[in-house]
Amino acid sequence: MKYILLMSGTKAGVASYHDWSQKDIETHMAVLRSITNDLNGSGEFVATQGLAEPAEAKVVRGEKNGMPVTDGIFPESKEFLLGYWIVDVATPERAYAIAGRISAAPGRGAPTNMPIEVRRFAAYEQSKSQ
Amino acid sequence: MRAAMTKPWDTTSEHLLRELAPQVLGSVARRFRDFSSAEDAVQEAMIAAFTQWPQEGVPENPRGWLIQVASRRMTDQVRSEVARRQRETAVASDVEATAHVDEIDSDVDPDDTLILLFMCCHPALTSSSAIALTLRAVGGLTTAEIANAFLVPEATMAQRISRAKQSIKASGVPFGLPSPQERAVRLPAALHVLYLIFNEGYASSIGAHLQRLDLAREAIRLTRDAKALIPEDGEVAGLLALMLLTDARRAARTGPDEELIPLDKQDRTLWDRAEISEGIELLTAALSKRSVGPYQLQAAIAAVHDEAPRAQDTDWPQILALYELLKRVSPSPMVTLNHAIAAAMVHGPSKGLELLRTLDTDARLAGHYRLDAVRAHLLEMVGDYEIAIKHYRIAASRTTSIPEQNYLMTQAACLAERKLS
Amino acid sequence: MKYILMMNTMRAGRGVPQWAQKDLLAHIAFMIGLNKELRQSGELISAEGLSFPDQAKLVRAGKDGVPITDGVFPESKEFLAGYWIVDVDSPERACVIAAKVSGAPGPGGAPLNMPIEVRPIMSGPPPEML
Repeated sequence: MKYILLMSGTKAGVASYHDWSQKDIETHMAVLRSITNDLNGSGEFVATQGLAEPAEAKVVRGEKNGMPVTDGIFPESKEFLLGYWIVDVATPERAYAIAGRISAAPGRGAPTNMPIEVRRFAAYEQSKSQ
Repeated sequence: MRAAMTKPWDTTSEHLLRELAPQVLGSVARRFRDFSSAEDAVQEAMIAAFTQWPQEGVPENPRGWLIQVASRRMTDQVRSEVARRQRETAVASDVEATAHVDEIDSDVDPDDTLILLFMCCHPALTSSSAIALTLRAVGGLTTAEIANAFLVPEATMAQRISRAKQSIKASGVPFGLPSPQERAVRLPAALHVLYLIFNEGYASSIGAHLQRLDLAREAIRLTRDAKALIPEDGEVAGLLALMLLTDARRAARTGPDEELIPLDKQDRTLWDRAEISEGIELLTAALSKRSVGPYQLQAAIAAVHDEAPRAQDTDWPQILALYELLKRVSPSPMVTLNHAIAAAMVHGPSKGLELLRTLDTDARLAGHYRLDAVRAHLLEMVGDYEIAIKHYRIAASRTTSIPEQNYLMTQAACLAERKLS
Repeated sequence: MKYILMMNTMRAGRGVPQWAQKDLLAHIAFMIGLNKELRQSGELISAEGLSFPDQAKLVRAGKDGVPITDGVFPESKEFLAGYWIVDVDSPERACVIAAKVSGAPGPGGAPLNMPIEVRPIMSGPPPEML
């Protein structure tokens, strides 16, 4: 079963990362990398991606006079996607366990405990009968 | 390494390679007594063949060629192992003599493919491991092909196969046929893996643009091979029949816009009559044997559907009787769901709805889209459109299949329009 | 340059769209057609749909490695319904594609003009923050 694990944050949350020490950042990144490595080892890895800073985000709402209607204005409270993992696992519980590990990745000495949204993929195929 | 005469590489060559793979693996694994390394070596020989044969032609003795290349790889590995450990062993001198190609080729046991099938479907393996390893070791598919079929990266699939082989090594399974007692467990496990491969292939054949390997065809091929090796078993024949009778409907299942077309609306002229005939023939022969197992029963149900010239000609009483039998032999929530539909067709939708109620408390179906989908269908039959629409929409929100979601939403919309008129 | 185009339009508890059959079919056909176009132009890397938000889970690191999983989200939360990853020659092209997605037909065949978020994707090593 394929799941996507979403890591999100508000603009303020992302800004607070700027206060982290280089060491904190490296420790955090190292843990995330080891999770990806473990997923490669277990044969569950499908993809992972980091997204650019929310400052570069745009939203498009339709067209006007043949041109996209674009702006970069978002509510302060908006949760921006920062990155994701896509995994192929045998059970939903396994997806939650992986998400739990991501959530436990340390920041400034303690687990960040960031909430990770877990969503199952829809697929362009018929449901299997079992 | 040049064979005396070569044949040109053509459309049958890939198929030939795949057929030879388990034979080659059996021979090499047996000689070197190391299934895991042999499997890697054979995989490399296959890749070499895929690279060289299209250009140099197919060797006169393709199987011998593959065995020789794989064996060379194995001896190279053994030699480097020996060199690494810096000691002489008898093994090194044993494999030193590279026999002539034809001599090597005679060391092929017809049981090997069956042995491999049992090994790769060992109950100790997870389903996804068993599927991956079976497709590679028995099916002769490359890692890339299998990865593509399951829409995962090649490295991920390679790792799954590697771990599967480690599990087999750890379980100490010897390279040989299971005993008659063991077979009682091992054969159903193998059939289950083949069934899962077929299911995966059948489900994904909807996404026509995805250009994936035809897993359903692969499953049919492997099951055919299994039947040739175990001709007396009713369930092997039953599984093959089930696959053929199901696959026969493939062309009618999707519309021009990739939309799902349910059984009762399919254009039956698009059904594959040859597959249906073969399926029925297999089934008739299988049912004459002693015991009737779940695959034979499911095949029989498929046969009743496939024999009806039009949806309204379907012999529902026979299907109902078969589901009642299946419920005793192999009960499951899905069987109960299908039984309810059959009961509705014979005794009226209220009877079907009554049977569904027994599933409301079944934890295995909690939140499962099919319960709502079937309920919606029966409520529609009863004429309770408002509640049917509600359940179609709930089912649509719960399914992870995009074509099914589209189908369920449009059913609801269709009913909503009928309700108003 | 790679971009992710995100359709964050789902809300929990609202159910599937209840449009007329004609409108549903037009919407489905539009999306199939758009994906076909993007595949032919070589710009489409992937297009995925996610399952309904009612099945979404939020996971936080628990104690002793046992993740805390729940399905409770703020009512206002917008869920990712699906995304496109495109490889395009310019940011403007990404927005033009987003505008097409956004203009997919809805009830009565009118363009939905749903907000489509456009974000650059990191193609190199992960950014500092992720």
